[in-house]
Amino acid sequence: MELYSLTAHELIKKLGEKEISVEDLNSSVRKRIQDKDPQVKAYVRLSGSKAAVDFKTLNNGPLAGIPVSIKDNICTQGYNTECCSKILSGFKPPYDATVIQKLKNAGANILDTKTNMDEFAFGSSTENSCFGPTHNPWDLDRVPGGSSGGSAAAVAGDEAILAIGSDTGGSIRQPAAFCGVVGLKPTYGRVSRYGLIAFASSLDQIGTFTKDIEDACILMNVISGHDPMDATSVDIPVPDYLGSAGKDIKGLKIGIPKEYFVEGMDPEVKKIIFEAVAKLKDLGAIVKDISLPHTEYAVPVYYILGTAEASSNLARFDGVQYGYRAKSTNLIAMYKKTRGEGFGQEAKRRILLGTFALSHGYYDAYYLKALKVRTLIKNDFDSVFKDCDCIVTPTAPTTAFKIGEKAENPLQMYLSDIYTISANLSGLPAISVPCGFSKNRLPVGLQILAKAFDEETLFRAGSAYERATQWRKEKPKL
Amino acid sequence: MEYEPVIGLEVHVQLKTRTKVFCGCSTEYGASPNTQVCPVCLGFPGVLPVLNCLALEYSIKVGLALNCTVQEFTKFDRKHYYYPDLPKNLQISQYDLPISKDGFLEVTVDGKSRKVKIRRAHLEEDAGKLIHEDNFSLVDFNRTGQPLLEIVTEPDIFSPEEAYEYLTNLKSIIQYLEVSDCDMEKGTLRCDANISVRPKGQTGLGTKSEIKNLNSFKAVRDSLVYEIERHIETINNGEKIVQETRLWDDKKGRTVSMRSKEEAKDYRYFPEPDLPPFIISKEKIEGIKKTIPELPKEKILRFMREYGLPEYDTKILVSTKENADYAEKRLKAFPDKDKKPVANWIIGPLASIAANLKCEIYQIKIPANNFIELINLVEKKQVISNLTGKAVLEKMAGMPEKSAAKIIEEENLAQVSDEASLEKEIDAVIKTNPKVAEDVKSGKTNSIMFLVGQVMKKTRGKANPKVVQEILKRRLV
Ligand SMILES: [Zn+2]
Repeated sequence: MELYSLTAHELIKKLGEKEISVEDLNSSVRKRIQDKDPQVKAYVRLSGSKAAVDFKTLNNGPLAGIPVSIKDNICTQGYNTECCSKILSGFKPPYDATVIQKLKNAGANILDTKTNMDEFAFGSSTENSCFGPTHNPWDLDRVPGGSSGGSAAAVAGDEAILAIGSDTGGSIRQPAAFCGVVGLKPTYGRVSRYGLIAFASSLDQIGTFTKDIEDACILMNVISGHDPMDATSVDIPVPDYLGSAGKDIKGLKIGIPKEYFVEGMDPEVKKIIFEAVAKLKDLGAIVKDISLPHTEYAVPVYYILGTAEASSNLARFDGVQYGYRAKSTNLIAMYKKTRGEGFGQEAKRRILLGTFALSHGYYDAYYLKALKVRTLIKNDFDSVFKDCDCIVTPTAPTTAFKIGEKAENPLQMYLSDIYTISANLSGLPAISVPCGFSKNRLPVGLQILAKAFDEETLFRAGSAYERATQWRKEKPKL
Repeated sequence: MEYEPVIGLEVHVQLKTRTKVFCGCSTEYGASPNTQVCPVCLGFPGVLPVLNCLALEYSIKVGLALNCTVQEFTKFDRKHYYYPDLPKNLQISQYDLPISKDGFLEVTVDGKSRKVKIRRAHLEEDAGKLIHEDNFSLVDFNRTGQPLLEIVTEPDIFSPEEAYEYLTNLKSIIQYLEVSDCDMEKGTLRCDANISVRPKGQTGLGTKSEIKNLNSFKAVRDSLVYEIERHIETINNGEKIVQETRLWDDKKGRTVSMRSKEEAKDYRYFPEPDLPPFIISKEKIEGIKKTIPELPKEKILRFMREYGLPEYDTKILVSTKENADYAEKRLKAFPDKDKKPVANWIIGPLASIAANLKCEIYQIKIPANNFIELINLVEKKQVISNLTGKAVLEKMAGMPEKSAAKIIEEENLAQVSDEASLEKEIDAVIKTNPKVAEDVKSGKTNSIMFLVGQVMKKTRGKANPKVVQEILKRRLV
């Protein structure tokens, strides 16, 4: 068995027993990246073999020597962090994001090369990257999902042991589903956003890509917790998540929202999800039908609030202090040219949408109304969680689509987040767990949502299902 | 037709916290450019603001002192505009839920008091500074992110004098609270004025102009006087006032239009998602209320009551908290019931020494007991004349540890009241000024003061002028 194909918990054991060395592991993963990334393109700015890590400087923590791959929108001190956008070309942050700091404290071996993404996390396919698209390891003609497609594909293709991504409307869970890996979006406020280059501040959350649930627990144990640098992070004690991974789900009350199984959904996906629900029932869960009546508004609400915040967050990219600057003769021209040349098509579209939604005379009709509907969506969940422990849905309405298939149709693209957006709007934790394959061997993901700060239930349900199914043993042929 | 002006003032006060409002950088004034910066105040990608609680507390304090309602639920909003001194191209400010609102400040002009309505006071972050060179500009981000409290009045000020008085009182209150230096030269207090005129008796508002680049309270007053005239003249000429921003040119004493065409401002305010709203409890507000010291208005009334001083004197004595404390210590140390001599000596000689030294009265380190001793030596014991007293005070300012008596002794300044030793000097003066002496003799008794002056001059101020006058009267009248 090659080291790169193992899980973090397997590797931690081997490292602990001195069966392997940190160097062995590092070169195994780097070799794999060198061999396979030319096809998958999960990473950007590949450093090749020249990347030298001084392993002696790694801390001796719970992740000692474990390579961790980082999405290109999370700041790593001294290493390029460009959000896969031309406008941030050459940007080397002067500081580490809090998650990076925590990973370093835990001894992680942070890869200097970052994972590919849709520019500024705007997209669901990783096609909107200034470095070109990432390919799905299960079918190289298909997208890995997005926006954290690079992180998902890297873990799926064994080019990463653990990966960090960000999820604003499904950007971790949807690619995790498309690539057949475990993807977790924690509760808003559970993991510090300090150092995550913001797309939509009230929706963004850093989360994890792992090969199984146990690894997700290990990674969450490291990155969770209150951060004085992030006023929206919450000071609630972090449990030992590993404690939930082995539990059974007898008596666990699972809600199935009827609004999530409507027309437009791939019948194959529907069938696979219902098989998964049946499995959960077999394992002792109590399954009941529930209703989340405002579900249909989630996508429009998301695209108003998300773009509004994005238009504001992206205002700082003006060529003055860092990143790309277009040559011009005066200040205003410099702003215009820099932003005109630096941002890609989708970024421009969202900045325009968001600017419009916040404009005088439109604010009440769009932004304010969207905020109100957001509250209604939250309330839906609050009332459902009065007698459910978790909610199970498909992660995405389809399996991975072809590269280029939806590139010309942003509305179609936006709909691929239809099942994931509500968790961001209501701040709830949600996970995507592999739950089977379509006839053409494309992975399908099962989404589980829980109450705020109850990631433990996600891990409990996810790991019980994982143990009973073994989907994770399947690997793409690269 | 008679017109009346309607004025509103927007004052920005930089709060004196040690660190900036959303990061840990120092706020120390005068550091070299871009040395007090960090990724947060530079608006680097990925950073988040965290509120400096002291800035919030200071803002509440000012709100309470200005008789505002402090809101229990407050939040921050983003205000968007592009400018190179604003690194995020957005400013964290407050839009619809300012920390405090609906207050007032009492002003007294020509003996008449009224309350100027204050609309709101909100907390925001300051921008950086641009330094313009010939064909390029430099940015200094040291000021970026310093806490700024914006205090906005209603259009409720009706004369330039009232505006001046409002600013003076506002500055004094804020200085009393010790939350800002309010130094216009250093930019820790900035003011913009809105002005319109309307026919007297009308209640609606005319078209306003906004005046910027006001570098002193006097500039505010002068520019308003200028603008009122300009508005009235424009209307009388049958023209229309254009709503615009105008810059005050202090040297030329006039305003000039800054923007010719009206620029549509859309700041696209929306709630700052990186800062959750703040709930300020009643207990917290009450706690802050308790830390508010006696404010100038109350202090003036108390000084008048306790020390029997006239309002005019008192106002000068309490101009700043430091000066008020300084004066009070000396008023208390003076044993007599009538405290007027102390007030006189502070407002008069001491203030002029401070002016010469370009410092504040309280910075003159003459101990209270030495100061009182000097007053006694002049006013009661008449050991020295008033004139000599002033000279001694000046010396004391240079060597505060030395007592007045010691200086008088060392420099042999004690007043000469001994008639025998004065006679000689008086004889000499009469001799050299025979014509004046004749005038006095012939009834022009006022001329006697000239002779007294001459004697004082000859004795270098040491002669007791009362005794000299007595002798001269005896001799000539
Ligand atoms: Zn700073």
